[in-house]
Amino acid sequence: MLRFAVRRLLYSLPVLLVGSFLLFWAVRTVFDPLLKLRQVRDPELIARETERLGLNDGIFTQYWRWLSGFMSGDWGVSSRTSGSVRPMIGSALTVTLELLVWGVVFATLAAVLIGVWSAVRQYSFSDHALTGLAYVGLALPAFWFGLILIQFLAVWPQQALGWDKPLFFFIGLSSPGQDPTFVDTARHMVLPVLTLTVGLVAVWSRFTRASMLDALSSDYVRTARAKGVPPRRVVVNHALRNAWGPLVTVVALDSALLIGGLLVTEQVFSIPGMGRLFLDSLLAGDVFVLLPWMVITGAAVIILNLVADITYGVLDPRVRVA
Amino acid sequence: MTVSTPAPTRARPGFWRRFSRHRLAVLGALTLVLLAIACFGAAFVAPFPADQQDLLLGPIPPSAQHWLGTDELGRDYLSEILYAGQLSLTLAIAIALISTAIGVFVGAVAGYMGGWIDDVFMRITDLFLIVPAIALLALALQGLGPSPVSIIIVLSLIGWTYIARVVRGQVVSLREREFIDAARVIGATHRQVLTRHILPNLSGVIAVNVALAVAGAIIVESTLSFLGFGVQPPQSSWGNMLSQASGLIGTPKVYLLYFPGLFILITVLAVNFVGDGLRDAMDPRSGTGTPSRRRRT
Repeated sequence: MLRFAVRRLLYSLPVLLVGSFLLFWAVRTVFDPLLKLRQVRDPELIARETERLGLNDGIFTQYWRWLSGFMSGDWGVSSRTSGSVRPMIGSALTVTLELLVWGVVFATLAAVLIGVWSAVRQYSFSDHALTGLAYVGLALPAFWFGLILIQFLAVWPQQALGWDKPLFFFIGLSSPGQDPTFVDTARHMVLPVLTLTVGLVAVWSRFTRASMLDALSSDYVRTARAKGVPPRRVVVNHALRNAWGPLVTVVALDSALLIGGLLVTEQVFSIPGMGRLFLDSLLAGDVFVLLPWMVITGAAVIILNLVADITYGVLDPRVRVA
Repeated sequence: MTVSTPAPTRARPGFWRRFSRHRLAVLGALTLVLLAIACFGAAFVAPFPADQQDLLLGPIPPSAQHWLGTDELGRDYLSEILYAGQLSLTLAIAIALISTAIGVFVGAVAGYMGGWIDDVFMRITDLFLIVPAIALLALALQGLGPSPVSIIIVLSLIGWTYIARVVRGQVVSLREREFIDAARVIGATHRQVLTRHILPNLSGVIAVNVALAVAGAIIVESTLSFLGFGVQPPQSSWGNMLSQASGLIGTPKVYLLYFPGLFILITVLAVNFVGDGLRDAMDPRSGTGTPSRRRRT
């Protein structure tokens, strides 16, 4: 198992290297790092800055300089904020992880509840209604859903009821100038988490429903029912336990996709996480922020894929890798 | 001299019968036809001409005369949406066709040839999987500038990897079948085997993917618009109408935010239903009643 994991990780390293190099090359091609200085029209200043930033060297030399710095913990300075890159990434990552963890927990719980409910009541009215909702959830642009949520769950009730604060907040993840309490955080989290997970809940609940239906029509469930096991116990202990394996794999694989969804969610709700950091840095051509951003998100995707493969083996001994 | 032969039918027998039994797919197809007629025939169908302003009227909520209200410049919103739909639908269809074509070509060649070609191709798709697509798209569009043509190019060049993987998987298993050996034995070249024997077997997968790709492209285009990398005014698409209306929350003009989104929602729903109908009709065994997954964005 360990050898498999290590081999997979080593195998992914070249992909990360090539990817980060291509990003470096692309950003350097698209953006002129001295664009602002060129307005000054002082050739001496420009020559000095070119020398200082090492822009005369070839693209490989420049990339190598960044890479060796990155490996030794010196991540450079942001050209947008002139701040050190490491703390920027650190604080953005903390915010994003908080959102991600809540998102994955909520989406999994909601999806399992919905999926089991509709599998147990297959072809009932509620099953059809939930199927319809899943179709809608898949067809929604997430940012629009977020904006609609803000209008209908925060702004409109506040206006209609004349409250001085909305029930759910929609800017940032905590109220400024206050110690974060659980209630305050939760009121900030509800709308972003819903926006982030609407597509995932739709997909995962369908997935749970399908694998529950498989399990419920299996011989061991019929045996359990024949023995007189109570229906609830059959569903939870016999069927769900067997339907669980494939779902965990899908959860791990799709959690990697949430990183893309963060771009939208963080933009809608003004959350200072990795998604916003990417957009701001991209617009400014801030290559020394974009590079570690890509390495970190890329590594997260690779690790989540690995986790998916390993958990699948743990939960289902038949497919365990050698 | 031409010899008339009956046109070969690629679809399996009973395709239309099975498709028409899928009521939602038929409903979706009808909706799409109506939408396409309304958008591309907007010059005849739309209640008001394109860009006709009525500054004295200003923004008014939906009424009998303006079904979906008017925007800040007093333009009829329904007409605006229909005209914007031309660009949205064109972009989506172009992206779906081009990315599917690239994906089918790469996937078929990689799966059929195997060896180092296959390895190189798999590593390239790995590269695309690692970075969230929406981030790659934003980066590329920032470089190329957000014109409709560059949006088509960028979304197609990034969107092909999913279908390529699917096609590759199918081809790898088809390659081992006896009829391929038979074709090779009677002297068919690799190109003939691929185009005459393998591609026809993939028609189902390809058709379903085109539908999913249209749905994905509409959503991705609107998302990119919202993030500031999509179609730019004065050109308008559903995505950039939405992003322009995104600041109106809490104002009386918030209705401008609802309608373009509803058009996107209805279009994507309809396309997905058609995709499901196609999938079930092409391969009756796969009918699980599960919505087809949207492609990774």
